[in-house]
Amino acid sequence: MLTKQQIAQRIARELQDGFYVNLGIGIPTLVANYVPEEINVTLQSENGLLGMGPFPTEEEIDADLINAGKQTVTTLPGSSFFDSATSFAMIRSGRVDLTVLGAMEVNDNGDIANWKIPGKMVKGMGGAMDLVASAKNIIVAMQHTNRDGESKLLKKLTLPVTGLGCVKKVVTDLCVMEVTERGFELKELAPGVTIEQVKTATEGRLIIEGEIPEIQF
Amino acid sequence: MKKVVSNASEAVRDIQDGMTLMLGGFGLCGIPENCITALVNLGVKNLTCISNNAGVDDFGIGLMLKGRQVKKMISSYVGENAEFERQLLNGELEVELLPQGTLAERCRASGAGIPAFFTPAGYGTEVADGKETREFDGKQYIMEKAFNSDYAIVKAWKGDTDGNLIFKATARNFNPMMAMAGKITIAEVEELVPAGELDPNFIHTPGIFVNKIFQGVDYEKRIEQRTIR
Repeated sequence: MLTKQQIAQRIARELQDGFYVNLGIGIPTLVANYVPEEINVTLQSENGLLGMGPFPTEEEIDADLINAGKQTVTTLPGSSFFDSATSFAMIRSGRVDLTVLGAMEVNDNGDIANWKIPGKMVKGMGGAMDLVASAKNIIVAMQHTNRDGESKLLKKLTLPVTGLGCVKKVVTDLCVMEVTERGFELKELAPGVTIEQVKTATEGRLIIEGEIPEIQF
Repeated sequence: MKKVVSNASEAVRDIQDGMTLMLGGFGLCGIPENCITALVNLGVKNLTCISNNAGVDDFGIGLMLKGRQVKKMISSYVGENAEFERQLLNGELEVELLPQGTLAERCRASGAGIPAFFTPAGYGTEVADGKETREFDGKQYIMEKAFNSDYAIVKAWKGDTDGNLIFKATARNFNPMMAMAGKITIAEVEELVPAGELDPNFIHTPGIFVNKIFQGVDYEKRIEQRTIR
């Protein structure tokens, strides 16, 4: 099984030189720690920053400089600030190459739910609906099952949808899957995880073809 | 017309019960702290507030929620405020949640004289309920309308006596679009200078959009997530 850090580490391998990337809150944020040294990616934070740097030192902290998760951050050489309308202009016009976000549920058509649990949790969608409606490439980072052991990879969503047919790839604690027309296509297994475990934990259509390699770290 | 007023109380004194207000800021970053305090003191009620977030329990718009001054919030994310969630789940507060980009663009459209626009965000979700949808080049969009707001209240870093504004870092966020969108726009600034002292090349919001401006005091600039390396 993959730890949260390992999920992030595996997703970081999807990054390519020159990519503009938006990382959601939670596991996706950790992806920034594993950007391969030989490539350059620019992180977009939808509250108005392109070229986001690491967390500040105590001396560098600036209350006016935060990321979309409201954490204090820094800028890197070549960064820029802009207003929220400009930020979502970048997103809607498809200029962000990769979006990584968390999910409560994903179905085998690539629909995603991650903003609301009716009657329980009312937090809102933030920028997630804009991102999933327009991003060219969306990778979901999440646990394969919920706290009760129920699959989060479903035939049909049970929670209010955030966006339709948008998820391209899912990386969970158990495996890497691509979302295709036929359903979730198993691509890689986490170390120590069997195909049977993935089958049991996946409620949606699952495609298993050929040898499934183990993720190497 | 003279735009400079002496303080927040003077700037907000004509705001009345039942009005719709836009308030700049993302989280607690770039919020009009002085005006929020003045609105709490003024005690106006039944307000509709358009703001990306609803503050935290004891700061920002959270202070207005505590005083039951807000009838309706229009926001994109309200996860940091327990009092908000309590009032909402008890049916004491109306809320309209919108995609963040839609919220920003509805402000921008309002300030740009554009009544409505089409966006893909929220298509196929409950955000699209009751809204017109249309297909362009094989992709589905929903129609979103410009906001109609009595006042916009923004916070800038520097401003001049003509109402020109410059924002700092990510404290810019929703402030420039909201500044353009209010029937009346109030700007509070950390540093107010005479017209002519700011370099016209670096103005973010031209003074034509700003009706009242004042030098703010005692900025707390509270940090929600103090994260260090």
